[in-house]
Amino acid sequence: MKRVHLPFRTLLVLLPVLLVMHTARADENIAVIRAELDALKAQYETRIQGLEQRLNAAEQQLAQKQEQQQERQQDRMPIEPAGADYAPVGNSYAVSGSQYNPAMGIILNGALRAYENDPKEHFIPGFPGGGEAGLADEGLSIGESEFVFTANVDDWFYGRVTAAVEQEDGDFDTSLEEAYLDTLSMPANTTLRFGRFYSSVGYLNDKHSHTWAFADQALPYSAFMGIHYGDDGIQARWLAPTDFYLEVGAEVFRGSNYPAAGDAHNGLGAQSLFVHIGGDVGFSNSWSAGFSWLGADARDRNSGDEDDPLRFDGDSDIYIADFIWKWAPNGNIRDRNLTFQTEYLWRNEHGTYLLPGATASTSANIDSNGWYAQLIYQWKPRWRAGLRIDGLSLDDPGTQFAGTELDSLGDDPLRYALMFDYSHSEFSRIRLQFNRDESGLKSDNQFILQYIMSIGAHGAHQF
Amino acid sequence: MYYRIIAKIGLTISLIVASGAQAAVQVFACEPEWAALAGEIGGDNIVATSATNALQDPHYIQARPSLIARIRKADLLICSGSDLEAGWLPLLLRKGNNPKIQPGKPGYLMASQYVNRLEIPTVLDRAQGDLHAQGNPHIQTDPRNLTIVARVIAQRLQQIDVANAASYQQGLHAFEVKWSKAVAKWQRQAASLRGKKVVLHHKSWVYLNYWLGLVEVATLESKPGVPPSAAHLNELLVQLQATPAALIIRTPYQNARPSDWLSKRTGIPNTALPFTVGGSADANDLYSLFDVTIRILLDKMGPNNE
Repeated sequence: MKRVHLPFRTLLVLLPVLLVMHTARADENIAVIRAELDALKAQYETRIQGLEQRLNAAEQQLAQKQEQQQERQQDRMPIEPAGADYAPVGNSYAVSGSQYNPAMGIILNGALRAYENDPKEHFIPGFPGGGEAGLADEGLSIGESEFVFTANVDDWFYGRVTAAVEQEDGDFDTSLEEAYLDTLSMPANTTLRFGRFYSSVGYLNDKHSHTWAFADQALPYSAFMGIHYGDDGIQARWLAPTDFYLEVGAEVFRGSNYPAAGDAHNGLGAQSLFVHIGGDVGFSNSWSAGFSWLGADARDRNSGDEDDPLRFDGDSDIYIADFIWKWAPNGNIRDRNLTFQTEYLWRNEHGTYLLPGATASTSANIDSNGWYAQLIYQWKPRWRAGLRIDGLSLDDPGTQFAGTELDSLGDDPLRYALMFDYSHSEFSRIRLQFNRDESGLKSDNQFILQYIMSIGAHGAHQF
Repeated sequence: MYYRIIAKIGLTISLIVASGAQAAVQVFACEPEWAALAGEIGGDNIVATSATNALQDPHYIQARPSLIARIRKADLLICSGSDLEAGWLPLLLRKGNNPKIQPGKPGYLMASQYVNRLEIPTVLDRAQGDLHAQGNPHIQTDPRNLTIVARVIAQRLQQIDVANAASYQQGLHAFEVKWSKAVAKWQRQAASLRGKKVVLHHKSWVYLNYWLGLVEVATLESKPGVPPSAAHLNELLVQLQATPAALIIRTPYQNARPSDWLSKRTGIPNTALPFTVGGSADANDLYSLFDVTIRILLDKMGPNNE
């Protein structure tokens, strides 16, 4: 390599040039450094980004792992509750030794009644009341308190007892309203009922007063059945093997209660036949209808004035047509529902009457009929309103009965009822009812404030 | 000519008799979930119908004539039990004139008797509402309970219809395999719901809560069976404004107004869950019932909703 010798003067001359050049070089260096720095910066940014990405990825992986772990734990979670096997879990029957006691329910029923007319003077011309018919006591009174006991006797029989405590003219009176047994294991869709029970004719006849939609019974049942006909008897019911509901039944009773009397035919004094049908229309509507006959033999049957009664010997034939239509949106009765209910009763009584004060009896063949129609609307949970119209009519019994209690005196018995009730729960109900009663000779306005409370066993939701 | 007609009639009669002998087992379920569950196991060997639909409150049913006609021909009765049907089933049992489904017979099956029941009251007093002495009857909202009931149903079907016993065993096995997979899937899906606070209209969902770990903080009914009152809703409003919950839940048959009211004032979302098969348009079998239930719960209060 050849060394270059530069003369001193040349150096002096070159110095400024070199200096200039040097400065130029320094400028160039700054630019380079800047560039390098920028490059580095860019590089680091990419690396940081890379690192960040890796961190994210790692975090995601960890989360995934945790999730998988959780899932595995979930898989290990029991798919059956611990300790459950498929024998009945018997934690409800070991409570006490009293589990065999019958289900017991008590219905407390009382009212405050106000009548414009004197209820003692109330009577419906032509329809001398029998049985428990007549207006309930005015003022405060506990009407009818019921004690209900029910249980399966064994796998063949179910038993039910209803005892009622009533106040009549200041005296308390305990009566056995119902005491019957139903069979549970009869073949061919039949059931026998025997003991004392309300006849299954019509719709209202076997309904207890606490299930009524009004505080009082409809006029035709009051007039013809003595509120309702119950007696000692035996009943057979058969369900037809059809997809819709068709029930046919027959009953034989002792015949000691109104409209029967006197235990005729050696204590087989009343008979009945009935057929009930029913079904649904869509989910929101359901209906039932029925036709019944009750033939009651009356021997020395007293009716009308208690001290000086009419006495009847003969037959009372009663035919009943009933129809019930219920509507509830989707069949869910809890919120809103509407019930229309109507019945028509025809009665023929033929035989002889011994009129008060008479010594010889007078033969009679009297036709009469009665009806009611009612509409009950529950517009929101707990609240219901209802309207009922009921009436009676009587064919002329003949001149021989003119002026007696069997003479209608040209009266057309008719009554209008309006009620509101509130049920705080399924077990309590408070009802306010107003009656415009034109069944007697003098029109009457009647107010009833009633309570119905049920304690003990859960009541049945009858149709 | 006559011979042919007589032969035809004879053949028809014998066919009717033969088909009668092989008639399907009639299952009368009180609620839709039990009809669906019986169908899973019994398949074509049974005809299962439900006395109630998903839009009816099973507490408040009347013993209608149509139900009497249906219970008359039942071979197997499947109900939730624990007094859920106390108002109407005893009446149907007595009016249906059917000895096969009376208590104690193989045809009488009360599903809740076979699972661990929650909320068995220590004190029975109607001042506390309409309590069920045997515990909360709404057991179908925990799918694990259905596994247990399925086994009981299979056992009963085998007793009632011995000829098809093997088929019921197969049906049960197939159901158990498929169902346990589904239950595991729902549990995975709903894992994030654990510990969420919910408000219930009625105590219809305690088994769902127990299953998924949801926490009930209040009910719209002040006492079981007592409709939500304005006073109680106002109390709840104060409570929920102080300590909010994630969701207000009701069944399709419960009135939406109380939960809407509370929802509007608290900002807490409210929803109806299907509760049983048919409770929503897309909940048309037991699998979709829980698919829909979990989906709604996740939609309303899942992790993406916070």
